[in-house]
Formats: sequence, structure tokens, C-alpha cells
Amino acid sequence: MSNDPIHQFHIVNLFPVEIGGVDFSFTNSSLFMVATVAVTTVFLMMATSGRGLVPGRWQSVAEMCYEFVANMLRSSTGTDGMRFFPFVFSIFMFVLIGNLFGMFPYFFTITSHIIVTFALAMIVIMTVVIYGVMRNGLRFLNVFVPADVPPLLLILVTPIEIISFLSRPVSLSVRLFANMLAGHITLKVFAGFVVSLGSLGPLGVAGAVLPLAMAIALTALELLVAFLQAYVFAVLTCMYLNEALHPSH
Amino acid sequence: MNETSVVHVETTAHTEVPHDGGHAEGGFPPFNGATFPSQILWLAITFGLFYYMMSKMVLPRIGGILEDRRDRIASDIAEAGRLKQETEAAIAAYEQALAEARRKASGIAQATRDKLATETEAKRAAVEKDLNAKLDEAEKRVAGVKDAALADVREIAGETTNALVESLLGKAPTKNETSKAVSAAMS
Repeated sequence: MSNDPIHQFHIVNLFPVEIGGVDFSFTNSSLFMVATVAVTTVFLMMATSGRGLVPGRWQSVAEMCYEFVANMLRSSTGTDGMRFFPFVFSIFMFVLIGNLFGMFPYFFTITSHIIVTFALAMIVIMTVVIYGVMRNGLRFLNVFVPADVPPLLLILVTPIEIISFLSRPVSLSVRLFANMLAGHITLKVFAGFVVSLGSLGPLGVAGAVLPLAMAIALTALELLVAFLQAYVFAVLTCMYLNEALHPSH
Repeated sequence: MNETSVVHVETTAHTEVPHDGGHAEGGFPPFNGATFPSQILWLAITFGLFYYMMSKMVLPRIGGILEDRRDRIASDIAEAGRLKQETEAAIAAYEQALAEARRKASGIAQATRDKLATETEAKRAAVEKDLNAKLDEAEKRVAGVKDAALADVREIAGETTNALVESLLGKAPTKNETSKAVSAAMS
């Protein structure tokens, strides 16, 4: 059991809830979603409670998060995209803190479940589609018709654009999910090697140094991936929102 | 590998969590559809709450802090610019006053120099005039004395001639004759 790399992804029922025959139980996944939200909110509120003109350490971190996301959004959508700032900030922080929480041993990684990442991706795509149609009406369909393309080629390009648009929720969710899943499995496998080699006696302990070093290196890599995937998710969100704001590209 | 792990998962899940409600039955947990409704619901609740708190509390606060700072910096820079302008104006006024004072001083010096020069000139002219007058008077006096002396010389010469002629000829000439002869000899 301790060596099973899949074990960490199990959903454990903590508080059964059933509505209309559908299982809505409060699980370890729900617990970590709540923890992610609570820790992030409390941290940001506490860090900025001083409202210092000259920021302290914690306030600097909070401001850094704010400006990082603000710059990301502004550079890809321009100033009129700033109405989506709370949305992009929430997405980025939720995914980032969820990913980072997963780096603690015995913690559950909420983003390692395809349904969570897919739901987040659908929130993004639905926001893009609904806002895009509300703002531009039928002109929103211009996203499928790239400018400066000869009409003959449009017969070929437009279906490709449609397919790529439809595959966005899949690629957006699978990218995050697969990265988290694969990283945690690899980490667990190497950590498992350390344990099984270590139980083989002195020679095994000596041999266990190699997978241990690997596990340490992977931990560093996974921290990078945790940030990078949150960043990629947020940047792609910004790019999709930009298309809703300015459909003719 | 996959099948054994599936079996393994089921047994461990069941032994560890008796009230699992069949969550682990789908094998690979992320693809177990039985857990989807719960995850979606709790994601909606937590993410919705998160979005609400971010957009209503956290982000306005951080944005306010950043804006306050930006305003403060801008006003400080404006204040510094104003003070700098004031300083420059003060320096310009000082320099203007200095230049004026210099000009005035040089004017006074020039006027004084001119006044002194004219005064000196006037004095010199007066002294020169005075000296010339004295010189003329002195020359007149010298001429007078010379004339008197010359007249005396004529008289003495006449008397001397008379006396000489008398002692030579025994007979004194008339005064008229001697004076004529003296005049002829002297001119």
C-alpha cells in the first residue's frame, strides 16, 4: 500500500452528503479546496491588513501576486481586459495554491483530478464564449476567420480554427491534470524505490541514495511545474479572454 | 502492472475507508465518475466563494494600497517640482538683484569719477588762469623797470657825454645836442 503511486489520488469520503440519489459528499478533495481558498484568502487579508505605504515582507508578496497577474492580463488583453482581473487572479491563485498544497506529503492535490481542471477550463471557456457573444454579437464568429487569409484558404482554415477552439477546454484541462498527475506519480515511484531498497539491508541503503537524490531533484522540479502550470493556465485564460474582447485577430 | 494496481487499490481503499460508498470502484481515481458530482459541487462552492472574496475584499484592498502609493509618489514628485521651481525663481531674483546692484555701483563710480574729473579740470583751469595773470603782471613790471632803467641810462649817458665834451672842449654842449647824439649812438 505504501508503495502504490496511485493511492495518493484516492477520494476519501469525510462527510457523506447525498441529494436526490447523487453523491455530493464532503471529501478530502473538498477539504483541500476549502483549505486552498481559506489559506489564500486569510494570507492575502492578513498580509495587506497594515495597508502600509511602504510594504512589509508579507504585503510585498501579496502585491507581487497582484501585479504579476495584473501585468499578465494587461499585456495580453489591454486595459479593457482588466474587468476580468478578479477572475484571472482567482483562477491563478486557486490553481497555484492548489498545486503547491499538493507538494506537501500526505496532502491531496485537487488539480490532479481531471474533473476539477476540466471544470475550471469550462468556466474559462464559458466566460469567453458568453462574454464574447454579449459584447460582439455575431462578430464573435470572427475568431474562426483569421484576417489577411485568402478566401480560398478560408475553406481550409476555418474548420481548423473551429476544431482548435473546441479542443481548448480539453487541452487546457488535460495539460494541468496530466502534469500534476504524472509529477506526483513519478515522485511517489522514486520515493517508493528508496523505501523498498532501504529494506534490503546495508547494500540496499547505499543503493537507495540514487533514487533519494532523484526524489529531491523531482521535488524541486515539481515545485517549478506547480508554478509553471498555474502560470500557463492563467496566461492561456488571458489569451482566450483577449479573443472575446477583440475577436478579429 | 495496471491490473494488479487496480486490485490493490480496491482492497486498500476498502480496508482503509469502510464507508467509502464505492468511490474507488472505478479503478484509476481521477477517472472514477462517481466522485465527479461531489468534486464539481465543492469546486463551484469554494471557487465561487474565492472569486467573491477576491473581487470584493482582497483585490480592492491591494489595488487601493497600490493606488494610494502611486498617488503619494505623484504628489511628492509634484511637490518636489514646485519647490524646485521656487528655488529657481529665488535664484533668478537674487541674480537679478545682484546684477542691478552691480550696475548701480558701477554707475555711481562712473558719476563720481566724472564729477571729480570735472572738478579737477575746473581747478586746474582756475589755477592756470591765475598763474597766467600773475605772469603777465610780472612781465609788465619787468618791462616797466627795463624802460625806466633805459631812460636812466640815456640820462646818465647824456650827462656823462656833457661832462666829457666839456672837459675835452672846455665848452659844454647844449642838452639837446647831447641827447640827440646819445640817441643816435644807442639805437
